[in-house]
Amino acid sequence: MNASLAIFFVLAAVAVAAAVSLILQRHPIHSALSLIVVMVALAGLYLLMGAEFVAAVQIIVYGGAVMVLFVFVIMLLNAGEEEHTNFSRLAAYAGIPMAVAVAGLIAAAITRSTLPPAPDPTALTSTKSLSMLLFQDFVYPFELTSFLILVAILGAIVLAQREGN
Amino acid sequence: MIPTNYYLILSAILFGLGMIAFVFKRNIITIFMAIELMLNAVNLAFVAFSKAFGKSDGEVFVLFVIVVAAAEAAVGLGIIILTARNRRSLNVERVDLLKL
Amino acid sequence: MSEFLHQYAFLVVPIIKVAILVLVVLTVDAYLTWLERKVIAHIQARWGPHRVGPHGLMQPLADGLKFIFKEDPMPANVDKPAYFIAPFVALMLALTSLAVIPFGPQKFTLWGYESSLGIADVNISLLVLFAITALGVYGVALAGWASNNKYSLLGGLRSSAQMISYELALTLSVVGVLLIAGSFSLREIVEQQGTSNLGFLSWNLLGFGQGIGFTQIIGFFCFFIAAIAETNRVPFDLAEAESELVAGFHTEYASMKFAMFFIGEYTSMVAVSCLATILFFGGWLSPFPASWTFTYYVPSLLFIPFGLWMIYDGIHYENIFGRIVLPGIGTVLTVVGIALILFPPANHLLQGLFWFVLKVFIFMFVYIWMRGTLPRFRYDQLMSFGWKFLLPVSIANVVLTSAVILWRMH
Repeated sequence: MNASLAIFFVLAAVAVAAAVSLILQRHPIHSALSLIVVMVALAGLYLLMGAEFVAAVQIIVYGGAVMVLFVFVIMLLNAGEEEHTNFSRLAAYAGIPMAVAVAGLIAAAITRSTLPPAPDPTALTSTKSLSMLLFQDFVYPFELTSFLILVAILGAIVLAQREGN
Repeated sequence: MIPTNYYLILSAILFGLGMIAFVFKRNIITIFMAIELMLNAVNLAFVAFSKAFGKSDGEVFVLFVIVVAAAEAAVGLGIIILTARNRRSLNVERVDLLKL
Repeated sequence: MSEFLHQYAFLVVPIIKVAILVLVVLTVDAYLTWLERKVIAHIQARWGPHRVGPHGLMQPLADGLKFIFKEDPMPANVDKPAYFIAPFVALMLALTSLAVIPFGPQKFTLWGYESSLGIADVNISLLVLFAITALGVYGVALAGWASNNKYSLLGGLRSSAQMISYELALTLSVVGVLLIAGSFSLREIVEQQGTSNLGFLSWNLLGFGQGIGFTQIIGFFCFFIAAIAETNRVPFDLAEAESELVAGFHTEYASMKFAMFFIGEYTSMVAVSCLATILFFGGWLSPFPASWTFTYYVPSLLFIPFGLWMIYDGIHYENIFGRIVLPGIGTVLTVVGIALILFPPANHLLQGLFWFVLKVFIFMFVYIWMRGTLPRFRYDQLMSFGWKFLLPVSIANVVLTSAVILWRMH
């Protein structure tokens, strides 16, 4: 049990606990805060693997922009706590153990197959090599995503206008 | 060195938790957050495989997934705001008729 | 004991550095409040605090005691987790951003562990700083939401929208510097500015003497304006102004939690000033060329007259306490100045740190000067300035710098 394995277990435990907290919380703002904790824990895991640029982009874009959008919408719509509803208890009692069993089957299948080699955390992915890939091999999807963002901005502006404007 | 399957099992667990949240929650914004959790779990698997094989193609794809998720969040939340304004409720079980 | 230290030096040395840095930064924040009140008072033709200790120097101590002893009420129906977390998040993020800033060039070896002046020396320190700035929005937004008060909510939402808008201009205005330096590491950005022997002309602000460089004046102005908007200072402080929304997002916070917001704001001001000096003003490099070694005595030339003046001023002070403390501080400064002349190795070690601290202090003075002088922006003027002027100018700076670099590479 060396230091990186200990850090991996701590970060993984934090991520799973925050994901469980997302399910169990009643108010959507607390679920949003739990999701932010998951994203920061995942950024820590990316750093542990040596993907430093992806970790920074995850925090800046996902944690600092997308989740801020969620938090704003929850605050503006004044979303209240979840109401009681009449879903069947049988679904919970039968479904969750089945979901756990399926996850266990997948985990067992992954463990027993021929594995890819372990990631080497000392081989940091330099931003230069990432950008060479992005602008030489993947330049067409890159330009398409910029077009996609433009379309999304236009769509958001059109949707958020008040009627008669 | 941490074996790759540890990361893959963690990714599977997070994806399963996202699915459970998607099925069992009734607030539409929470359901959208469960979708983001599933996308994050998939990102983790991508980066794990990319570092395992030594090529950076997986990380470039993760960047694209993050960008698409951001665009989807913007438009999806716009639709949610409109739906909430029209029906005055954020409960998915109320949004079951085509006409108000 | 010694082999325990040698084995765990990689843990012990950073902990010691963190402790020293946190103590220094908290003291600097406290005396920044004193400096701000005195400077704004003198701009407005009045004295600032001058009763509590000589020249009001004990005022931060009195304010700290007041914060500790004040009642800490919690309004009813607040969202308790968010109410408690918001000031912690604001303070923690501001203090963490100081961990990646390099303060000086020296590397030293302690108990077999080699480290440098600066807590962590990572490859992507600039990206880490931007990530922390991006997360800083949550402290404000959660504080506004948790207070169960419509003025706080409005103030919090306006302030977070302002912070997000100016974050884009902040990030883009730095890209010119990154293109010239070729690395995200702050230490390498400073070292690249010191490669030619031209003193302050080779800093990124003016940019002479670099191989493929270009002056970054436009980038600096965009960065500084965006940084003032990020830290919610005048002229962009609509969200916390007293005459507008009571006190904005921190209306319902009292005593210790308000002190945490306060310290977080001043610490992020210090962090942004450090970043501005590193990126555009050469960090720890002296404004004189490095081959003029007689300029190593400039710190002493500043310390000795200042110390002597403090002794002279203290002797003629009105009460006994001032007549002891002020000459005491003056003597210490004079002795330090003379010691630096007599011991050249110590002088050489202190050069980088002295110039860095002096430049950061000048930036803080400019911040406080702007607070005393400029009126406030209205919210819609603020947002249209950020999106319609500052963002296009930052993008134009990126395009211009890339064009010049490409032209010079041929």
